[in-house]
Amino acid sequence: MTALVTIRIQEADFDIAREISALTEARTDIGAVVSFSGICRGSEGGEPIAALTLEHYPEMAEAEIARHADTAMSRWPLTALTVIHRVGRIAPGENIVLVLTASRHRQAAFQAAEFLMDYLKANAPFWKREESAAGAGWVEARHDDDAAAARWTKS
Amino acid sequence: MKVKYFAWVRERVGKAEETIEPPASVRTVDDLIAWLARRGETYAYAFEAPRVIRAAIDHTHVKPDAVIAGAREIAFFPPMTGG
Repeated sequence: MTALVTIRIQEADFDIAREISALTEARTDIGAVVSFSGICRGSEGGEPIAALTLEHYPEMAEAEIARHADTAMSRWPLTALTVIHRVGRIAPGENIVLVLTASRHRQAAFQAAEFLMDYLKANAPFWKREESAAGAGWVEARHDDDAAAARWTKS
Repeated sequence: MKVKYFAWVRERVGKAEETIEPPASVRTVDDLIAWLARRGETYAYAFEAPRVIRAAIDHTHVKPDAVIAGAREIAFFPPMTGG
């Protein structure tokens, strides 16, 4: 069976259980499914957050996520991969991003999921604007994310 | 060529996109940032810290020394905070 790659950028929330079912349905070659979901935190630095708004560069976001998915598929023996990234206004406690990876054995699924998240954080063209009682402002990128992505570079 | 701006770069410039025709002497992304910064106060403000600005040509990340000739679309934006 060919590998199933699903990439979606959407305003609507996603149902993790349903996305996992879509991946595993009618397949008998999957022994491991790893799921990562990124969630909007309720506070930052002690300050409660009212909402996050995700802006993105549509054409490039799809192209960039597809490139990362291709890289993951070529580096690990995955049977399926899903990336869903929400955009628009997101409230604390709500989902922001989902990465699912499926493989015969768990090592590939775990490593590919972490790789995808590190790369998404560093390279995917999305920007978060945070609203709190103190006002609204753009979230600053973390240097840790660039460092996390760099450690996947083969020497 | 089309130029697109995102996040606070867009807010400072005051527009999301525009069509520009830089002279041939503007060869690289860095050259283009310097050329744009001279267009007016809003641009100077947006590009006041060029090392912070990231660029993409035709939907692919590029370095500051990337050549812009042949580009259909160039985008400028702050470091990303997706995921």
